[in-house]
Amino acid sequence: MSTETVVTSGGSKARGTSRRVEPIYYLFLLPSLVLFTLAITVPGIIGIFFSFTDSIGIGEWSFNGLTNYIALFSDPAILQSYLFTIGFSIATVIVVNIAAFLLAVGLTSRIRFKTGLRTIFVIPMVISGIIIAYVFNFLFSNSVPAIASSLGISGLETSILANPDLAWIAIVIVTAWQAIPGTLLIYIAGLLAIPGEVYEAASIDGAGKRQQLWRITVPLVAGYVVINVILGFKNFLNAYDIIVGLTNGGPGTATRSVAITIIQGFNGGDYAYQMANATIFFVVAVLISLLQLSLTRGRNAF
Amino acid sequence: MTSQPALSTEPAVAYEAATPSELRSLREKKERVNWSGTVILILCTVTVLLPLYVTISMSLKTTEQAVDGNAFSLPAPFSFDGFVEAWNLTKFPVGAGISLLVTAGTVAATIILAAFASYAVVRNWDHRLFRYSFYYLLAAMFIPFPVVALPQIQLTGRVGLDNPFGVILLATMFQLSFSVLLFTAFLRSIPIELEESARIDGANTWQTFWRLIFPLLAPMSATVGIFAFLYAWNDFMMPSLIISDPDLQTLPVRQNLFQNQFSNNYNVAFASYLMAMAPAIIAYLFTQRWVMEGVTQGAVKG
Repeated sequence: MSTETVVTSGGSKARGTSRRVEPIYYLFLLPSLVLFTLAITVPGIIGIFFSFTDSIGIGEWSFNGLTNYIALFSDPAILQSYLFTIGFSIATVIVVNIAAFLLAVGLTSRIRFKTGLRTIFVIPMVISGIIIAYVFNFLFSNSVPAIASSLGISGLETSILANPDLAWIAIVIVTAWQAIPGTLLIYIAGLLAIPGEVYEAASIDGAGKRQQLWRITVPLVAGYVVINVILGFKNFLNAYDIIVGLTNGGPGTATRSVAITIIQGFNGGDYAYQMANATIFFVVAVLISLLQLSLTRGRNAF
Repeated sequence: MTSQPALSTEPAVAYEAATPSELRSLREKKERVNWSGTVILILCTVTVLLPLYVTISMSLKTTEQAVDGNAFSLPAPFSFDGFVEAWNLTKFPVGAGISLLVTAGTVAATIILAAFASYAVVRNWDHRLFRYSFYYLLAAMFIPFPVVALPQIQLTGRVGLDNPFGVILLATMFQLSFSVLLFTAFLRSIPIELEESARIDGANTWQTFWRLIFPLLAPMSATVGIFAFLYAWNDFMMPSLIISDPDLQTLPVRQNLFQNQFSNNYNVAFASYLMAMAPAIIAYLFTQRWVMEGVTQGAVKG
């Protein structure tokens, strides 16, 4: 991703002089540029444009300046959706990275059935988020309460999906269930990149297994942790499918992510208002991506 | 340096001095299987397999048995009625066909368009237009779908793309940035001499691309294709918002048929979930090595 390597290794020859470009290269590039502009850039500009109007999506509209943005910042529902999304993303990132790292350590140690175990742990990655959310929805609303009441665990006898204070936990669990494999594979790659001699040297010097884990493994995969945390965080901010399958934003508005707020608001006729929301969400996404670039710059040697 | 031969003979001396039983224990220590780790990991697979077991066993129950809400009991008797009903209710062949069309279209379009654009960019890096185009295409990595979703819903509706083809177009464009990034990185590692020799043999740029470059890109195309496949096959948000005709929906979106609170036909619902999940899981089991390598490569590079 770093631009330095791009510039130095990219040039074929005669950089700076204007060599004539063979016309066919324009033909190679043009379809992508045109379709990309029509499919993403134009809608993006239209959206930002309408965020300064009172449009409801169809019919007449007029400019209203920053009214939408001012309203957004004093709208408790919007604030709540951002707080929920960020809080949920942080919780999920932590759960996913701890679980995936421990699994990766286990899966790269001297275990039996290595291939089979790895195959199983990666399965969730290929399953549709909405469908597995429906499956978990059934488990959370029927099986968990049934087990809890037969064991006499109070507090879990009703579905946690119906509890505004606990529903987010279910969303974290299912999102983590699906996100762990991708993270796991990156950690496995990171662990396999550590030369075995390092561990041999450490054990000769008398380092125990736990010391080796904390003093060698963790520092040497730190770069992968940064990648996993940022990639995960970016994905979880867009959470939509799994929440729709579990709670659809409820109970009430307790688990409405920003994406759900935008879409449900739009379905309720708030086109311009939600476009202003989307514009702010875009700024947040850009800020996080810039953070990612500055943190991973020069680390593309992985 | 002189001490090295002496050092390396030391273990040999040690082996000679060791009794056979000591030798065996030495070797065992080196290849000792981490059984406790193996057992813990096998227990952890329950978290992955349990939801899948529930899906399978529920789908094979009769409606009468499924209604009792006990997710973990085995089907007694086995019944395939759920599958028959789900097949008819969701119009499975149509849904599967559309999912297949969207997925195949997205995978093919992503690979071709991204390979075209990347080739043009890398070979003309010294030209500003191509360099800027690269950054322009990359910029979409900053844009999550929810940000531009609302204008896209409107625009696709207006130009008659509120159908699977619109989804193919948009999904491809959202995959493009990442894929161009992977392809350009790979293309830069291909020595230009290889291409020059092809040109000496009389091949023009078009022929060089198809006969030399595209085959060379195959491993990266596999990675790009796997990411596009997982996205297009499993996505719920985009098709549910873009495709306006319910009869033209993809498989994941069709599952919302069973989200009516008052329907108790759990066996039908789970049979339907299973039929929607199974193709991706089976495809994964046959190609798992590529999928794991591809995802690792893509995620680490991206």
